[in-house]
Amino acid sequence: MNARSKTLVLPVALPLDGGGELARVELAYETYGALNADRSNAILLCHALTMDQYVASPHPITGKPGWWVDSVGSGKPIDTDRFHVICANVIGSCMGSTGPASLASDGKPYGMRFPVITIRDMVRAQIALLDQMGIERLYCVIGGSMGGMQALSLAANWPTRAARVLVIASTSRHSAQNIAFHELGRQAIMADPRWQDGDYYGGEAPDSGLAVARMAAHITYLSEEALTEKFGRNLQDRPDGSKGAKSFGFDADFQVESYLRYQGSGFTRRFDANSYLYITRAMDYFDLAEEHGGRLADAFAGAQARFCLVSFDSDWLYPTAESRHVVHALNAAGAAVSFVELSAPHGHDSFLLDVPALDRVIAGFLG
Amino acid sequence: MSLRADLAVIANHIAPESRVLDIGCGDGALMLALRDKNCDVRGIEIDGASVERCVSRGLSVVQGDADRDLADYPDKGFDYAVLSQTLQTAARPDCMLEDLLRVGRRAFVSFPNFAHWRTRAALMFGGRMPVTRSLPVSWYATQNIHHVTVNDFRELAAEKGARIEAEWYFAGERRIGNAGANVRAEFAVFELSR
Repeated sequence: MNARSKTLVLPVALPLDGGGELARVELAYETYGALNADRSNAILLCHALTMDQYVASPHPITGKPGWWVDSVGSGKPIDTDRFHVICANVIGSCMGSTGPASLASDGKPYGMRFPVITIRDMVRAQIALLDQMGIERLYCVIGGSMGGMQALSLAANWPTRAARVLVIASTSRHSAQNIAFHELGRQAIMADPRWQDGDYYGGEAPDSGLAVARMAAHITYLSEEALTEKFGRNLQDRPDGSKGAKSFGFDADFQVESYLRYQGSGFTRRFDANSYLYITRAMDYFDLAEEHGGRLADAFAGAQARFCLVSFDSDWLYPTAESRHVVHALNAAGAAVSFVELSAPHGHDSFLLDVPALDRVIAGFLG
Repeated sequence: MSLRADLAVIANHIAPESRVLDIGCGDGALMLALRDKNCDVRGIEIDGASVERCVSRGLSVVQGDADRDLADYPDKGFDYAVLSQTLQTAARPDCMLEDLLRVGRRAFVSFPNFAHWRTRAALMFGGRMPVTRSLPVSWYATQNIHHVTVNDFRELAAEKGARIEAEWYFAGERRIGNAGANVRAEFAVFELSR
């Protein structure tokens, strides 16, 4: 599926927050830029829910450019002439790292036998990767959305491993609304008769359910303003090329419907439904304060890293208040923290889109 | 780049390697001067573009509203808390001063003096809200919602149980003596402790 990615099999079983351990964990990763002699220029990029290690190289299935190709590369804000950028597919995912579609010891796919994992488990696997690479201390760990959760988890649980922590459009805990949207997606998958309790490998995948899950999630990634701007109430031209009109039926009359259907079906070609269940669960379980006795500031006690948090004013999935909550905790812990709310119209997805101010903040923070 | 007169005074009187919180840090001019003295400096700034500029200069600045966010800072977390040209913009300057004295062992406060003779003259002879070189913005657009005089500030400091450790006065960029400061000073800088 992804012959291009490097892979590493962790030398020991990975202990999991849910109890037990995961044996023979494989991590697929990409790197960009050279590691310097004293291994001090490494940046770990942590990807979001449905992203992968293809940060700045074409996706092997879709052929599309990497998801952060505008920000990572030679002369770009995360400059690969200076930095050795590492991005690993998270465990539980489906782009080469061990997940529910991987084969268990009996030679059959895990399916629902895959253990429920946490954000901290994902990070633990990446720390093991850094250990194998001989990287003691990252120049920076960077993540947006779920990647930001990983960056925060790394800073809290492995505080000596990163000198800088950059968290974009993220949160320290999933809210009831966040969990609710994820549950909607999971129920859509599980309601698809082809899901078969997760045991669908080798047969038809629950693409209808996964597509609905993606459609619902996609709405949360965009601001109302962005949707209105992009589609308004515009009607979709008919397949025969005639001008759009209300069909008095249930075809995709509106452009926004057509767009969502396209997003949903495109997603099923590159993503595994069970991975979607497991990763959304990990995000829902994420509550950094709870892991540290209920007080978020305690999660960062003694933190020596410099932190930078960025939110977007149009992001209603992880709104500015969530970033501020983290900033207050970091202040209470005496950590060096910067925070800026950037203005961008696109909603949560702003972190992946062209926002020049974000580039300036990233480049400035990296120094 | 030369520092504004009040910031230069503050920078000169902060000991090297201190922990400093600069409230309303703007584009980070004072923070940069203090960083050169190996201070551990943090800033709070409400304007996003200024914060962005600070971050791009490698400074640790949080975008926020000092009226609301100072409450989240721990007691005596800093050797110095600095409030330059911001007191008069606060929703409750008295509460802000209280927070300042709580988070810092020492506090520096600078502000334009509303009792300066030019301001008095503009009001007395012009009958209009003053627009002067120290208060250049008209009454409806100014961020200065709580004008304050040197004497008002001294009284507030006393009410808060703060001791005035030092005071500096300026007419324009020029340092002037303490005599008649309430009339002669365009700007004042106070160092307080409690």
